[in-house]
Amino acid sequence: MSIFEYNGSALVAMVGKNCFAIASDRRLGVQLQTIATDFQRIFKIHDKLFVGLSGLGSDAQTLYQRLVFRHKLYQLREERDMKPETFASLVSAMLYEKRFGPYFVQPVIAGLGEDDKPFICTMDSIGAKELAKDFVVAGTASESLYGACESMFKPDMDHEELFETISQALVSSIDRDCLSGWGGHVYIVTPTEVTERILKGRMD
Amino acid sequence: MECVFGMVGKGFALVVADTSAVNSILVHKSNEDKIMVLDSHKLMGASGEAGDRAQFTEYVQKNVALYQYRNGIPLTTKAAANFMRGELATALRKNPYMVNIVLAGFDRDTGPSLYFIDYIATLHKVDKAAFGYGSYFALSMMDRHYHQDMTVDEAIRLAEQCIEEIRSRLVVAPQNFVIKIVDEDGAREHSWRRTTRD
Repeated sequence: MSIFEYNGSALVAMVGKNCFAIASDRRLGVQLQTIATDFQRIFKIHDKLFVGLSGLGSDAQTLYQRLVFRHKLYQLREERDMKPETFASLVSAMLYEKRFGPYFVQPVIAGLGEDDKPFICTMDSIGAKELAKDFVVAGTASESLYGACESMFKPDMDHEELFETISQALVSSIDRDCLSGWGGHVYIVTPTEVTERILKGRMD
Repeated sequence: MECVFGMVGKGFALVVADTSAVNSILVHKSNEDKIMVLDSHKLMGASGEAGDRAQFTEYVQKNVALYQYRNGIPLTTKAAANFMRGELATALRKNPYMVNIVLAGFDRDTGPSLYFIDYIATLHKVDKAAFGYGSYFALSMMDRHYHQDMTVDEAIRLAEQCIEEIRSRLVVAPQNFVIKIVDEDGAREHSWRRTTRD
């Protein structure tokens, strides 16, 4: 089994009209065994920037701690929050630093940039950025997620419809993946508020 | 065939570990204590490679004590768990410690807590945790019978059920187990479940 599949994970982010959604599964496993059903994969960097880290849980935790450290330093020096595009470049640089001994994570970054324009991107474990205008996926269920998102997505959805779409895409994909599941965790972010919801899917 | 497991109850946390020290087919001793008392209100059950286990647990214990001497207050359970994770994560890409840990602690303000720490430094706060081949039996048993806010008696009974399951269903089951408990009065040994005497 690949090291990326050791803990199991599923992540997806989607763009809507002046909002974005980022969702993950909740399973923490050790290969075939499930350890916990409330594992956090999506982290808030600031009110308008979220990062999801799929792949090896340990490296996701280490990378998250380093990213929070770097962002706090940035906030102290620049006296403002980091833009999502800048943050994505930071993550990419940090991952490439470890080119010959990488972190086994695939991050998904989602944020509201200048004028609250939604920004999403993903990258591989050595920092190759993939910017997208519609959706990005990561994790062990990524192939299913690509199919589900491609068929369910349409541009300029409002936050209610976006929530429905991303939830359906996530749940239908993780239900077919044995390494991810045990429900979903969805964040809907608009310029004025952040809504966090837990989904119930096949609890296996 | 080592196993360590633990659970959280009402105002306490329990850690159970087998007490066998094995080298290939030989059982060196069957009263090896694998649950270290980190400080007055923390228990650290560790399983894995013997040398790494002893070294790492002692290293953590001394550093936890050092923090208390330097700062005058003890570490919280969460802080101790994160310290351990940090040490495991730093060593992971150089000279990894092959040790899996169940950390149980009691803090005055947050009550009892239990942390699962993998040898790859995956940290997660849980209500029940288990490592080793015994985990296949212990986790299933706990999934069936565990509920929130169990009393000490209920938790001990559940621990006994897990031990019975391990004894009867694991091919080379450990002979003896030790149960340690941590609550507001502190961390202490609760009892043993023996089948052989050393």
